[in-house]
Amino acid sequence: MVDRSGTPLVEMRNISISFGGIQAVSDVSVDLFPGEVVGLLGHNGAGKSTLIKCLSGAYRQDKGDIYVNGDKVDIPTPRHARDLNIETIYQTLALADNLDAASNLFLGRELTTPMGFVDDAGMEAATRKIMGRLNPNFKKFDAPVSALSGGQRQSVAIARAVYFEAKILIMDEPTAALGPQETQMVAELIQELKREGLGIFLIDHDVHQVKELCDRAAVMKNGELVGIVNVDEVSTDDLLAMIIAGKTPEHLAA
Amino acid sequence: MAEASAPSAQKRGNIFKTLELDTRLLGMIGAFIVVCIVFNVLTDGRFLTPRNIFNLTIQTVSVAIMATGMVFVIVTRHIDLSVGSLLATCSAMMAITQTQLLPNMGLDFGHPLIAPVAIVVGLLTGAVIGAFQGWLIGYLTIPAFIVTLGGLLVWRNVAWYLTTGQTIGPLDETYQLFGGIGGTLGVTGSWVLGLIAVIAACIGIWNARRARIAYDFPVKPMWAEGVLMVIAAVLILGFVAVLNAYEVPSRVLARAFEARGETMPEGYTEGYGVPYSVLLLIAVAIVMTIVANRTRLGRYIFATGGNPDAAELSGINTRLLTVKVFAIMGVLCALAGMVASARLSFHSNDIGTLDELRVIAAAVIGGTALSGGMGTIYGAILGALIMQSLQSGMAMVGVDAPFQNIVVGAVLVVAVLVDIIYRKRTGGK
Repeated sequence: MVDRSGTPLVEMRNISISFGGIQAVSDVSVDLFPGEVVGLLGHNGAGKSTLIKCLSGAYRQDKGDIYVNGDKVDIPTPRHARDLNIETIYQTLALADNLDAASNLFLGRELTTPMGFVDDAGMEAATRKIMGRLNPNFKKFDAPVSALSGGQRQSVAIARAVYFEAKILIMDEPTAALGPQETQMVAELIQELKREGLGIFLIDHDVHQVKELCDRAAVMKNGELVGIVNVDEVSTDDLLAMIIAGKTPEHLAA
Repeated sequence: MAEASAPSAQKRGNIFKTLELDTRLLGMIGAFIVVCIVFNVLTDGRFLTPRNIFNLTIQTVSVAIMATGMVFVIVTRHIDLSVGSLLATCSAMMAITQTQLLPNMGLDFGHPLIAPVAIVVGLLTGAVIGAFQGWLIGYLTIPAFIVTLGGLLVWRNVAWYLTTGQTIGPLDETYQLFGGIGGTLGVTGSWVLGLIAVIAACIGIWNARRARIAYDFPVKPMWAEGVLMVIAAVLILGFVAVLNAYEVPSRVLARAFEARGETMPEGYTEGYGVPYSVLLLIAVAIVMTIVANRTRLGRYIFATGGNPDAAELSGINTRLLTVKVFAIMGVLCALAGMVASARLSFHSNDIGTLDELRVIAAAVIGGTALSGGMGTIYGAILGALIMQSLQSGMAMVGVDAPFQNIVVGAVLVVAVLVDIIYRKRTGGK
């Protein structure tokens, strides 16, 4: 069981954001504790990705505050998010296709030699080391990532988060583009990261996956929070009802 | 990395794979050799003479310098149509500085400070205008095509306005040293330079191998490294030998001796050697290659070209990057303007006209993908050399001017087609 007595790793309070008159997220509050996986569920356009992009620094909320380890923080750019040990693995796989795995893993945070040049050999060595741990089958170190399979690309993205010792991990449909075996690999990886005390926000469509991987699920509909539930206390049907009808299950409503 | 192909360690099939040479580069060198041989046959051996090769290299320098910057511009998915006009504005600034501004401030003609000050003024002009265009593109998000199309008109006519359309010359003598034939290293200097280059190339190859061994990465067999070193040495020393073989005409030498109050000994000869302008191009090529492959700036340029969203989400300031890329382009336009006006020995109102097309063509023929993310500095220089060879070869054969341009235009289109087919075959994008 996750210990929720201490300070939450992340607390997003009363977040609202709108784009040109369309209210994408309105007054949503969620929190995340160390060693916990919180699933964010909802239809396309429910506002899950928009909400989480406020945390990753891609968007800026109009209203509301974000607290990390109890301190109020301002996250205007992705770089600020990284400085707070928040790493994001995007649905669209934010990799530069023309570069190799090592260059992508270190993109924006290259290792440099004392002369100030990028240390390609050093980065490749570090990449080989971490990939040996995460995905021992990974061999294509000198090919551009466009030559990799979906699972291999995903493992590069995850390796990036692990290498830089993320404390808070945001995964936007990490298994959407993967086959069953690769999905299993990512699931095991999530359990491993959880044991190491990371907090993970997992955005997903798949109710079964959320029930399997997450401790709690926050369901959103039309930009609003329907409710946050412990996945052990609800059935998949309850979750579906929350997603589709936007109502909290009766046995928890009280 | 920046190179399109990277053979893996597992399958070492043929000799090219073992040597880890870029097959695209080999293809371009092959095309260049074919062009040279065909023209050499058509001109009864006049194309591959030391004299013509010397002229070919100094004619290529100006466009080649700008083409290296165009690689960065196109790799980041932009385009710069204003390079020819920007060259003209920089050249005008440098010409005015050395013939009007500085003499008016009390520096006599021929003062040693005139050339350096004029060049610094030109480089600043290029950097500021380039950065301004980059700011319009990066921060105000006006498409590069529009900004530089406007720039094509604006800077051409700023140059006209500055000089009131007049030809300005003769330019400072020190400044003219960058023009090509007016300033060369001489035979001994060229050999020394060649030897230094060979040693540097061998050390470079050796250090790359040592770095891979230090991290237990697979390395090429020793003989392959040796072959690469020999190829590098032959190319460098061969180039120096050819430029040294172009002899200074005896009447020019006689005049030089007369000026010193001596008489020329019987049978005295002297070769030109490597021109300073070519030296400048080599320096630009080395610096730009290091920037592309070994610095964060270069890494970010290629990452942004490959996936702008990923680059931005990785915390790269892509707007500032655009400003930097166009500022570099501006500085290179100024350097190219310096070489071009020094070669003419004056600034003329039409200097650099249509250079934007030659520069873009050189970069694209050199394998820079307009879709972004791919391109090499050496490819762009080779592209510029191929274009210049075609142009001057046809002029030597006596092809009519309209047909020359028709052929160059067609070659550009065919080169891109070949490139697309090559990328499909090799599984790139």
